[in-house]
Amino acid sequence: MEAIAENVPLLLQGIAYTVALTLLGYVLALIVGTALAVCRVSPIPPLRWAATVYVEIFRNIPLLSLLILIAFGLPDVGLRLPYFWCGVLGLTLSSAAFVCENVRSGINTVPVGHAEAARSIGLGFFGTLRFVVLPQAFRTMIQPLVNVFIGTVIGSALCSAIAVSEITWVTQTLNIQYAQAVLMFLVAGAVYLGMSLGGSALGGVIERAVSPDAPTGRSRGRSALDVTAGAQA
Amino acid sequence: MSAAAGTTRHAPRAAHRRATHSATQVLFDAPGPKGRRRIALLSVLSAAVILGLLAAGLWQFQKNGQLDPAKWVVYLRVDYLAFLGRGLLGTLQVTAVAAVVAFPFGLLLALARLSRFGALSSVATVWIEFFRGIPMLLVVYAFLLALPAYGVTFPRFWMLVIPMILVSAATTAEVFRAGIKAVDRGQHEAASAIGLGRRDALVHVILPQAVRLVLPSLILALVTLLKDSTLGYVVSYNELQFQGKTMVSITRYLVQTYVVVSVIYIALNFLLTRIALALDARMKARAVAS
Repeated sequence: MEAIAENVPLLLQGIAYTVALTLLGYVLALIVGTALAVCRVSPIPPLRWAATVYVEIFRNIPLLSLLILIAFGLPDVGLRLPYFWCGVLGLTLSSAAFVCENVRSGINTVPVGHAEAARSIGLGFFGTLRFVVLPQAFRTMIQPLVNVFIGTVIGSALCSAIAVSEITWVTQTLNIQYAQAVLMFLVAGAVYLGMSLGGSALGGVIERAVSPDAPTGRSRGRSALDVTAGAQA
Repeated sequence: MSAAAGTTRHAPRAAHRRATHSATQVLFDAPGPKGRRRIALLSVLSAAVILGLLAAGLWQFQKNGQLDPAKWVVYLRVDYLAFLGRGLLGTLQVTAVAAVVAFPFGLLLALARLSRFGALSSVATVWIEFFRGIPMLLVVYAFLLALPAYGVTFPRFWMLVIPMILVSAATTAEVFRAGIKAVDRGQHEAASAIGLGRRDALVHVILPQAVRLVLPSLILALVTLLKDSTLGYVVSYNELQFQGKTMVSITRYLVQTYVVVSVIYIALNFLLTRIALALDARMKARAVAS
């Protein structure tokens, strides 16, 4: 226990880094991923191709390989970033690919008639997306986007491999110092579980709030199977 | 343009649209001459921007001497390839062993979670949520740093594989659970109508269909396992990522080695993802046809 008592500031700093990595990575990934999804459904071929290539690269590269490449590779080509921002960059690049895929399949769940109706009242490409398709698409995407959030939380742990002093790094350092393995494992585990469970609880609240057939929106007899659910590492 | 001509021209497109059921195809019209000009202009502009970004990246590489052909052609040499190949073999071994153990284990966890015995079900639920909610790195550290303190040690291979199994079993349990739930209700009813008990219905009717339904998801779980195997970098097991690290410490070609390693991972995972999606599309098409 004194291992915790003596190191409260260090642990708090570790938690702060983990939270910051996750939130920055996730929010940036939401923005980049949505922009990529818009590119993928746009009428401009080079943008469609670029977004497709992006997604194929970043959803298939292991996050650890990406982080190592960014943190240790970039200085060799003359770009120096603090390790923390290398972590944020890696998490953003990787999560954005998953956000893009989820937004795109969310757009596909919007009934075709809605897009046609939007078009027939004179909305253009962006108007149709912005006012009709995306708002409805985001509603069906909440659960997949929560999964991306949990993926980002879990991914942030890998930043300890590139010397970001987030909670995994802090607890393992203290572990070597105090040999309080179980305790340290529990502390770090509690932080991650708290964040993932908190994220999915918040997702549930948002989902219920925006669901059109609330409050009994769960009673869909046979749930369709989403293949890509949980495919993020 | 007459109404009749309009309908005949658009009929096939509308039919195609209904068949694919996707909103992405109606976000914009077949463009007119003005629209086509604008799309062409924007295409040229965006292509220029993308190529510009790529050129800037390459120039940055060039400026720091990383494009030197001597640093890249070595990856065509047999001994370099053999060195990385040993790592790749390690990666495939780790992934295969983890998958062979984790998938059946995941199925058992899913059945436990769906069981009627409250205690068993809650234990399975807690187990699954715990291992889904914590990073695999933490489990790896538990095997690397924590257990040895209590005198429990494993060979490096198992220090990597056991955490992979624990985490992957939890995620595939949820895949199997979704698959079991996705089997049509009528199948349960039909099974009990012909007099099958709960267990027989599950084993002979529900599970064979559920396992087929989740096959694409299991291939994607393989992709996740392959990515997780990079943590061999942390436990110093000779898989591809760690082999890359060793190579860097010998040759000092850091960017080049890690780029080559990443490209291998991307190619493997791309292939697996393609197979999974193709399988999924084929199964969906068959379900629609029947």
